[in-house]
Amino acid sequence: MSDWLEDFIAGKEGAELLADDRPRSLLLPLPALIGSMQALKAQGFDMLNDHMAVDNPEGEHIRLLWLLCSTESGELLRVCCDLPRQQPVAPSLNALWPVAEWQEREVYDLFGVLYSGHPDLRRLFLEDDWEGWPLRKDYEDSFILEPGKP
Amino acid sequence: MAVGHAEGPGQNLLLTRLEDVISWARSNSLWPLTFGTSCCAIEMMMASGASHHDLARFGAEVTRPSPRQADLLIVAGTIVKRMAQPLRTLYEQMPEPRYVIATGACVISGGPFIYHSYSSLRGVDDVIPVDVYVPGCPPRPEGLFYGILTLQRMIRERAGLKHPEERRAPVTAALPEGITKQEIQAEMLELFEAQGRRNVHEEYRRTVSDPGAKGAYPGRGERG
Repeated sequence: MSDWLEDFIAGKEGAELLADDRPRSLLLPLPALIGSMQALKAQGFDMLNDHMAVDNPEGEHIRLLWLLCSTESGELLRVCCDLPRQQPVAPSLNALWPVAEWQEREVYDLFGVLYSGHPDLRRLFLEDDWEGWPLRKDYEDSFILEPGKP
Repeated sequence: MAVGHAEGPGQNLLLTRLEDVISWARSNSLWPLTFGTSCCAIEMMMASGASHHDLARFGAEVTRPSPRQADLLIVAGTIVKRMAQPLRTLYEQMPEPRYVIATGACVISGGPFIYHSYSSLRGVDDVIPVDVYVPGCPPRPEGLFYGILTLQRMIRERAGLKHPEERRAPVTAALPEGITKQEIQAEMLELFEAQGRRNVHEEYRRTVSDPGAKGAYPGRGERG
């Protein structure tokens, strides 16, 4: 099981396996993202289970995560990709998995990640006139209550 | 209810005030709106639909899917900012007289989301007036029943007759006096044992402490 994934990243510069993770995690550089995703889909990971993001202000990046699933073997694979925090632009995977449309809208809504090629990038959960990206670590607004502060 | 008897030869009369009869009838046929936003709604379904906790005993089991047909709004579950406006609309669509029961910590004060939340309301009474608060996370069905009984008492005493723009002091309902959580747990256990049900909590505890034991849950090793 470990062999094909190591072969898969062998030719890609900047790609690495993230250790101690289950399901197995793969970190891809941004330029190789679309091509690798196409290859992974052709390889049998035909379902996009989930799409998430993690904000990392110390590392100055936002990490995107995709959870891929093979409906045939049941195998899971987590694909990660780091975006610069100042200019978070990622390619949309809407053409590969149509379900990505709403998942990317959610990440845009809460983290402010922009997706190039997305057909309809609007807010999903929050009001259309909301300002800011609430799941970023440095988000602040007047509504939030902190313990110990009036 | 103020009731007077007038008895004479050949007649039996029951004298009372019309208001008393109306509020008596009103209190015993509350129609709740089918409205729930999270886990308290599951507990409300347990209270209204499931066996053992039959809400029909108190005349409040006819949940209606339309606010036009309902006169009791049980706010069950976290209300976020974006839900606040639909909730207010639902409340205003309900015909008068209308009553509101707030169940659970989230609806009363924000509960676990009181700090660090950018979206959750800290108390639904910011949006709509609340008649009875039922604390819990979520409250047990008995707690909700006591809240409904409290509301019925308020209606019968006509404390529930609303005047526009006037808010009354809210009432907090908890477990009835003299009944403890332990007593309820013991009663439930007795019921389960009498019906030959499996105690999944006990089985779970056993499988966690002894992975080889057979029980309701697979041990950690078996799951792989």
